[in-house]
Amino acid sequence: MKRFSFVLALFAVFSMVCSASAGTLDDVKSKGFIQVGVNGDVFGFGKPDEKGVWKGLDVDTGRAIAAAVFGDASKIKFIPLTAVTRFTALQSGEIDVLCRNATRTLSRETALGLNFVQVNYYDGQGFLVPKSLGVKSAKELDGASVCVLPGTTTELNAADYFRSNGIKMKPVVIENTAELAKTFFAGRCDCLTSDASQLAGTRAVAPNPDDYMILPQIISKEPLAPAVRHGDDQWYDIVNLSVLAMINAEELGITSKNVDEMLKSANPKIQRFLGVTPGNGKALGLDEKFAYNIVKQVGNYGEVFERNVGKDTPLKIERGLNALWTNGGLMYSPPFK
Amino acid sequence: MQKIDIGDEKIPLLNDPAKRSLIYQVGVVLMVAALGYYLISNTLANLDRQSIATGFGFLEKESSFEIGESLIEYSAADNYARALLVGVLNTLKVSFVGIVLTVILGTLIGVARLSTNWLVSRLAAIYIELLQDIPVLLQLFFWYAFFYEMLPSPRQALNPVTGLFLCNRGMIFGVPAAHPAWAWMGWAFLVACVLAWLLRRWAMQRLFKTGKPFPIFWTSLGVLLGLPFFVWLLAGAPTAMDLPHLRGFNFQGGMSISPEFTALLLGLVLYTAAFVAEIVRAGIQSVNKGQTEAAKALGLKTGKVLSLVILPQALRVIIPPLTSQMLNLTKNSSLAVAIGYPDFVSVANTTINQTGQAIEGVAMIMAVYLCLSLLTSVFMNWYNKKMALVER
Repeated sequence: MKRFSFVLALFAVFSMVCSASAGTLDDVKSKGFIQVGVNGDVFGFGKPDEKGVWKGLDVDTGRAIAAAVFGDASKIKFIPLTAVTRFTALQSGEIDVLCRNATRTLSRETALGLNFVQVNYYDGQGFLVPKSLGVKSAKELDGASVCVLPGTTTELNAADYFRSNGIKMKPVVIENTAELAKTFFAGRCDCLTSDASQLAGTRAVAPNPDDYMILPQIISKEPLAPAVRHGDDQWYDIVNLSVLAMINAEELGITSKNVDEMLKSANPKIQRFLGVTPGNGKALGLDEKFAYNIVKQVGNYGEVFERNVGKDTPLKIERGLNALWTNGGLMYSPPFK
Repeated sequence: MQKIDIGDEKIPLLNDPAKRSLIYQVGVVLMVAALGYYLISNTLANLDRQSIATGFGFLEKESSFEIGESLIEYSAADNYARALLVGVLNTLKVSFVGIVLTVILGTLIGVARLSTNWLVSRLAAIYIELLQDIPVLLQLFFWYAFFYEMLPSPRQALNPVTGLFLCNRGMIFGVPAAHPAWAWMGWAFLVACVLAWLLRRWAMQRLFKTGKPFPIFWTSLGVLLGLPFFVWLLAGAPTAMDLPHLRGFNFQGGMSISPEFTALLLGLVLYTAAFVAEIVRAGIQSVNKGQTEAAKALGLKTGKVLSLVILPQALRVIIPPLTSQMLNLTKNSSLAVAIGYPDFVSVANTTINQTGQAIEGVAMIMAVYLCLSLLTSVFMNWYNKKMALVER
């Protein structure tokens, strides 16, 4: 599998040699589906269920883009990528958009040649430990073995955190998320570090979830956002506004259940948003009903959040920073006009 | 005047085979060069269009990530170049130890396969069939899982003898505490090696001249062990030990061998040894049965027959395929990233991801493995020449 990821990286490098493209939108339309790079192993964000149906917040973000482009959320192909292969896959054109809990950082937006769109999950890095370890704070982890994924901002943050607190760590770096979790649950590491959302997902699939706890320290900001390649503004706008449309729909009180009635709403904001008053779709090069299709087929941001990671899921994550700005969170959409 | 010399007659350019082949070759070289130019310029243009940084300048930057185990001092404050060096050394470590163990184990099993003892030969056959047929990656996962599932946590570590602990963080054992005597003993050992070599030369000369054998093995062993021991006594026989003890989450002091390294080494050695065993068997069987019978007729014992008559001849058949198995082991060590051993590919992958310099990173991976493979080949070819049949 690892050999495979290397081969993929190698392949991607060579395909970078001849990736010439007209606009991504035209490419996608002529293909008839969108290729979305997803995680494949993180419960709640991107992982197929036991029937093989892809589930997760990032997966639904991808579906929203497909709904916007084709009016059909199922015209999509999910490509599971590791932390190491994800950016190369995007750079080389293997995928059209990356929805794989990637943190937006300066170096990725510059040296990697990527553009991140609206954040679809505000996260922060934490530590998952077995309760039996008796640790109450991350600062007590001096000398600990730390399970971590390679090539992530997490890997750097953990090293920074231990360095700045004058304590030592011994990383155990395994590329495959599932294998890493297995190693941690078997006790090879004292703690597992990752984004708090992923820790919740990992804990949810633990052999005995109650034996583990997430330490209170959040040691970094991890704004997770979908990413596209540099140099295609139209495609950037489409992906960005697809994410924003889900947030805006929640703000306007439009859900997948009531969206058809909302078409008859007298509110001009809603009329513009759902394409009853035309203009928005044409400006993007999409169907006027793109926002309607997103909400109808995928749902608004709140629905997507609650369905995948919310209180009633095994992850039991509170909205927190991911609540609407009107509820004290950070989710804020510019007006659709 | 009549022209007789045909050579002076003008042959049309395209009908002259020598010139024609030259033209073809020049044509092919030009085409390859043009293709290379196209690929490189196109890549650079594409990278530039997507504004992806290029160049090796990133090697000077601070790496900011930790590496689990290292033969040299390393911290997250060091630069990428040093991190990559740590990776190269880790790859070398596992490959070198792996190759030595593989050759020993492979030879033993290969010889066992030909044993006249039915049980021994069957067991060797089962070993070979079983381990050859299971993909090496699965074997690595198996051994790694074996270590972290079977062994207890550090707090419940097994302690079979004083100073040795076994737990899922690895094998931790006491080592002699730092003392200048250890360095002196190292030098004494080197001196002993030279002495043993001289002794062997002298003994061989005497054997050829007078026909009297000399117990080279036992005397050499005596010198190799005795000289450092003597130095140790002279230095005052230091016995202080640096024993591991549990502090916080982990053991402090002593030396440790990580489960990742052990699992990788075990997986690679057991897998490759199965192939080496078959090569050794084929080599031995390639030696005519008459050689064994002749050697036995001279009154040599079985061990001597093997070491003096059979193996030297078998080696000519064994060495070339053995070289490729050594290369296989080195290259397969790149599977380490699957079980968390920080080999070169693992470190280079992380570097690629943190810097985004995939082309430079992949180029370095290819260059390092090419160098390792070429060095192994050069050494083995030299050894092969030395072992080749000397025709008189």
